[in-house]
Amino acid sequence: MAEAETTKIPVTVLTGYLGAGKTTLLNRILSEPHGKKFAVVVNEFGEIGIDNDLVVGADEEVFEMNNGCICCTVRGDLIRIIDGLLKRKDGFDGIIVETTGLADPAPVAQTFFVDETVGAKTTLDAVVTVADAKWLKERLKDAPEAKNQIAFADVILLNKTDLVSETELKDVEMRIRAINPFARIHRTQRSDIAIDKVLGQGAFDLDRITAIDPDFLEGGHKHFHDEDMRSVSFSSDKPLDPDKFFPWIQELTQREGPNILRSKGILAFKDDPDRFVFQGVHMILDGDHQRPWKADEPKTSRIVFIGRQLDDKALHAGFLSCVA
Amino acid sequence: MASSPTTAATPSSLTSRLRPFDFGGAVVGIRFLGANAAFVLGEGDIVLAGESETRVTAHKGSVLSVSGDARRVLTGGDDGRVVATRGDGSVETLFEQKGRWIDHVAAAPDGSFAYSHGKTAYFQPAKGVVKSVEVPSTVGGLAFAPKGTRLAIAHYGGASLWFPNAVAKPQILEWKGSHRGVIWHPEARFVVTTMQEPALHGWRLPDGQHMRMSGYPSRVRTMEFTPGGRFLATSGSTEAILWPFASKEGPMGKQPTMLAPRDVRVSAVATHPKEEVVAVGYEDGLALMVRIADGAEILVRAPAGAPVSALAWRADGGALAIGAEDGKAGLLVL
Repeated sequence: MAEAETTKIPVTVLTGYLGAGKTTLLNRILSEPHGKKFAVVVNEFGEIGIDNDLVVGADEEVFEMNNGCICCTVRGDLIRIIDGLLKRKDGFDGIIVETTGLADPAPVAQTFFVDETVGAKTTLDAVVTVADAKWLKERLKDAPEAKNQIAFADVILLNKTDLVSETELKDVEMRIRAINPFARIHRTQRSDIAIDKVLGQGAFDLDRITAIDPDFLEGGHKHFHDEDMRSVSFSSDKPLDPDKFFPWIQELTQREGPNILRSKGILAFKDDPDRFVFQGVHMILDGDHQRPWKADEPKTSRIVFIGRQLDDKALHAGFLSCVA
Repeated sequence: MASSPTTAATPSSLTSRLRPFDFGGAVVGIRFLGANAAFVLGEGDIVLAGESETRVTAHKGSVLSVSGDARRVLTGGDDGRVVATRGDGSVETLFEQKGRWIDHVAAAPDGSFAYSHGKTAYFQPAKGVVKSVEVPSTVGGLAFAPKGTRLAIAHYGGASLWFPNAVAKPQILEWKGSHRGVIWHPEARFVVTTMQEPALHGWRLPDGQHMRMSGYPSRVRTMEFTPGGRFLATSGSTEAILWPFASKEGPMGKQPTMLAPRDVRVSAVATHPKEEVVAVGYEDGLALMVRIADGAEILVRAPAGAPVSALAWRADGGALAIGAEDGKAGLLVL
């Protein structure tokens, strides 16, 4: 099992609104002398400046699954393409999936959890979103796609920082934080960034959920009133009862799944020496015991939801009802 | 493992008669061309194994689909080509479109064939010009009707039945979800698809009656009708699942027959061309022959690690070929 885990091919999903600098970043990743070979799934040929025989065109076919999960959509074309790529003789070190500027990242991410073959051979490494520092605030007002892309991101390149002042930058970072407290934000110009800040992030790896940083979470409470997409978080110093927590989170994500884009938690269960970590994409939840709590570590349970139209009070009450 | 019927104290076994091969690359399909077994490797080569062993290169990239008739193996690849490989080792490119992947190929008995890239399915008659049709989403699978020139095309939202020689638009059989593989009943009374979900969907053709066949723990990758079409044998569970198709109603309201249960999943099945016997391959590399009437099993291949990825019988039922994901394979002449 452990061996199989390590041989999975990492997949990076590259999103970003039109004109933010996504293709520039992609060309940068491909042209740097890192000695790695990537298969690239793109929507439009010709924009890639690099000669790469592993560039495959996608159709962005979003399929609904018949599994009673209304928001459970996958990218059918991606399943087919990855099946095909996995048969290649001279392998590659990673797959980069570039989405169109108007794409919702959820079906792309869910593909890696829903399809057996894809899930067995590849692993979603991170969703990387390129955002235009000058125009992001405007897009967050008028483009739901841009909001989804920020809400979904593990890594955000706040690009074109040379076009705005430091004050404007701080303001837009606050906006990003209000929506998404997890993502690592990097300020860039012309998408110039070290490749190791974008690839090999292990953002969906349960072992890498180390902490849900309280500083970030503070930002989540200062939400903007015009903002329907945001994050909420709760914590408890009292241990939780797993027999209360699992039914609650499952019912919640089933019912509110379309509104909850991502969720993450570190939990302390009663009479359990181990930390329990989980993360979710809409209705799809993935969780496991991670490691024993350290002696000097406060056994605090913490949970975060990123989504739209979140009912803070009901969520908070629900979370507190899971206390043992 | 000790309690498994296949490793019982006195198993019927033909493992010593299985001629082993190691091709060094995943076997994605097997076809028999006369006495030769043609093992199609995912990396583009085809090995013709019989009295001797000949290796030819059919594709410069991966093979995405395998079909064929009695005289040739047809393959579609990510090099944009449809290739025919014959028993004498000759390789012929039948179609080429650079920059596209040929996702599916299907061969008809009369020498005509079909292939698809993206949303477009093509029909190439044995003589004459190619015809094409576009379906609502990327083609998931292609299958010729047992008689006449009619093609079933699986796609998202159902399957289309197309008469390439008619002007009429294809008839669409609707069922929501992503349909990936497709097969016709030997008497053309039913069309069945494998779905993205672990389930099959079928339509009774005269009236379009739906047939849902579910309960699998994993996606069904292979399915084949027994001769005459009494059963549809499928992979995807920890036993071979055979749906009864003898009556006009099909399998509705009836229990499937479950054969050769083990603690690992069935990864491939192939039905004997003459008898009601099915070859069953598992995810641990084991392969069995099972008689449907009484479930009697004969071990053909011992567990070998990698999943069985392809199984095929010779047309007279006198030989069985087995291929695995790790490039190992076997040929049993009965």
